[in-house]
Amino acid sequence: MNDEIIKVTDLRRVFKVGSENVHALKGVSFEIKRGEFVSIMGTSGSGKSTLLNILGCLDTPTGGEYKIDGISVGERSKDDLAVIRNRKIGFVFQSYNLLARTTALENVELPLLYNSSVPVGERRDRAVAALKQVGLADRMFHTPNQLSGGQQQRVAIARALVNDPVIILADEATGNLDTRTSYEIMSLFQELNNAGKTIAFVTHEPDIAAFTKRKIMLRDGHIIRDEKAESLSARAALEALPPSDDY
Amino acid sequence: MNIADLIKISWRALLRNKTRALLTMLGIIIGIGSVIGMVSIGQSSSQSINDQISEMGTNLIMVMRKAERSGGVNIGSDSVQTMRASDADAILAGSKNVIMASPMVASAGQIVYGSQNWPGSIQGGNSSYLAINKRNISSGANFTENDVKQAAKVCLIGTTVRDNIFPNGENPLGKIIRFGKIPMKIIGVLESKGQNQMGQDQDDIVIAPYTTVQKRMLAVNYVHMIFASAASEDVAYAAVSDIENILRKEHRIKAGKDNDFEVRTQQQILEIMGSITGILTLLLTAVAAISLLVGGIGIMNIMYVTVTERTREIGLRMAVGGKNSDILMQFLAESTILSLAGGIIGIFLGVGLAFGASYALNWPFIVSLGSVAISFLVCALIGIFFGWYPARKAANLDPINALRYE
Repeated sequence: MNDEIIKVTDLRRVFKVGSENVHALKGVSFEIKRGEFVSIMGTSGSGKSTLLNILGCLDTPTGGEYKIDGISVGERSKDDLAVIRNRKIGFVFQSYNLLARTTALENVELPLLYNSSVPVGERRDRAVAALKQVGLADRMFHTPNQLSGGQQQRVAIARALVNDPVIILADEATGNLDTRTSYEIMSLFQELNNAGKTIAFVTHEPDIAAFTKRKIMLRDGHIIRDEKAESLSARAALEALPPSDDY
Repeated sequence: MNIADLIKISWRALLRNKTRALLTMLGIIIGIGSVIGMVSIGQSSSQSINDQISEMGTNLIMVMRKAERSGGVNIGSDSVQTMRASDADAILAGSKNVIMASPMVASAGQIVYGSQNWPGSIQGGNSSYLAINKRNISSGANFTENDVKQAAKVCLIGTTVRDNIFPNGENPLGKIIRFGKIPMKIIGVLESKGQNQMGQDQDDIVIAPYTTVQKRMLAVNYVHMIFASAASEDVAYAAVSDIENILRKEHRIKAGKDNDFEVRTQQQILEIMGSITGILTLLLTAVAAISLLVGGIGIMNIMYVTVTERTREIGLRMAVGGKNSDILMQFLAESTILSLAGGIIGIFLGVGLAFGASYALNWPFIVSLGSVAISFLVCALIGIFFGWYPARKAANLDPINALRYE
């Protein structure tokens, strides 16, 4: 176990587009410690998606160093990266990316299929526990089309939790949700963070970033701001919302 | 990911698109069904031919007139008049390998009895004609050598003739029928023998002394064929060469000249029939194999569509830790299950087809385990072969693009 969950040093990423080189990340350095709740902000083109892909071990940097939980990711094979993604990282996507016509429980079990260290008999118990953790114990056998957007995102969060990763990477996780549901999801993230989970949250919405404890701002491939702040309580924000006017 | 997971996942994925899966399998179903069906039917037919011929006796030898050529034109064997009844006696006397011999003369005509009539064919032989052809009499008696000498107007009839001439079930023995213009007394009814390998009804027959047919009906002095019976199967070929020597002498054929007759054994006929059905079976199986190929291409096509459709799923599986090999295996398993399931349905279809055919044609029902096993193997190979490229495409997707694929 390592207290420095993520450590990037002078991270660079160059894309070749035709004959031109596009520098998406131009030397980014920071670290994320255990138990942090970080938001990574930036407009489109700032390099935040590229950074997230590298942090998520979906992409490898062209320069600099990236260590996750003490493991250097630099020159790893695709298979090694897959194992790191499986054991160390939990992904939450903007569009949930649940398997259609597959129950919540089976969706949550999915990462365990690729984790040979979890015995087959244990999968179900772990998936059930993860679903309970996100408050969906009564929706385990529902398929995505029987769930609301917020519920689907909760299933996705349970899926991210099930392998007990060192960090949860959320990519615009509230982007497809209305304000109330967004706050509910942020409140869930805050609960998970209070319980000790390390979370990195990519967003371009400042009001969502306000619920995190630290904000890293990217622009044009550089970090332009990295500040810690008191986070707002999503629970309180939720209560401050006018009573539901949806119906 | 273990095998059980792999199969479960693939099976689920297929169940999500039942109609599509079924339509995709159709090519394989039809392909395997026809391969199994054709091979079985082919085997049944050659088995049935074998059965019938060995029932007739593999020691049966037939001497036929040889087709003649006149100025390069094949004018058939009808004009050959060199075969005589005395040839049969010469064969019997001259070869110790031949135990029975009979001339054969055939004719056709209308059989009439009272108000009933029936188009019939008549075969004339001597008193051992029935024994050579392994025919038995169910009632009455065979004609005698004396009847043959006197060209007696007696005959034996098959059951088909009996049923048509005596539809009310009268006893035909002793009744006088007319064959063409010749009145003949029925002295026996033959045991039923069913169809022969050519599909001819062997019970639609009248048998009489060859002299009767030769002199009273056709007014000729030659015979059409000679039937002989070798002492045993082992000496059948020796008997054939004996017969050739004897007939060359009888027909005064000079050395270096061609025979004006042909000697065939049942064994040879068996081989000819076998090679005909063999070629037919091979052709039909080839056609069926082509439909298998088409089926395989169908699977490949659908697998490509599936991979494209499920790009996001593939991206997600990769993001949560699926290795390229896991993805490859998943889609290979899917195409293989698709093909195997089609194959199993096809096997049942083919077996059903073969059963139906053998039932309808009264052939033995044969399904060779070998063809089923090979079909199974072929299906697995088709699934892997045609699933390979789509699965490879899936496994080589870039997870970043796949996750965001719209």
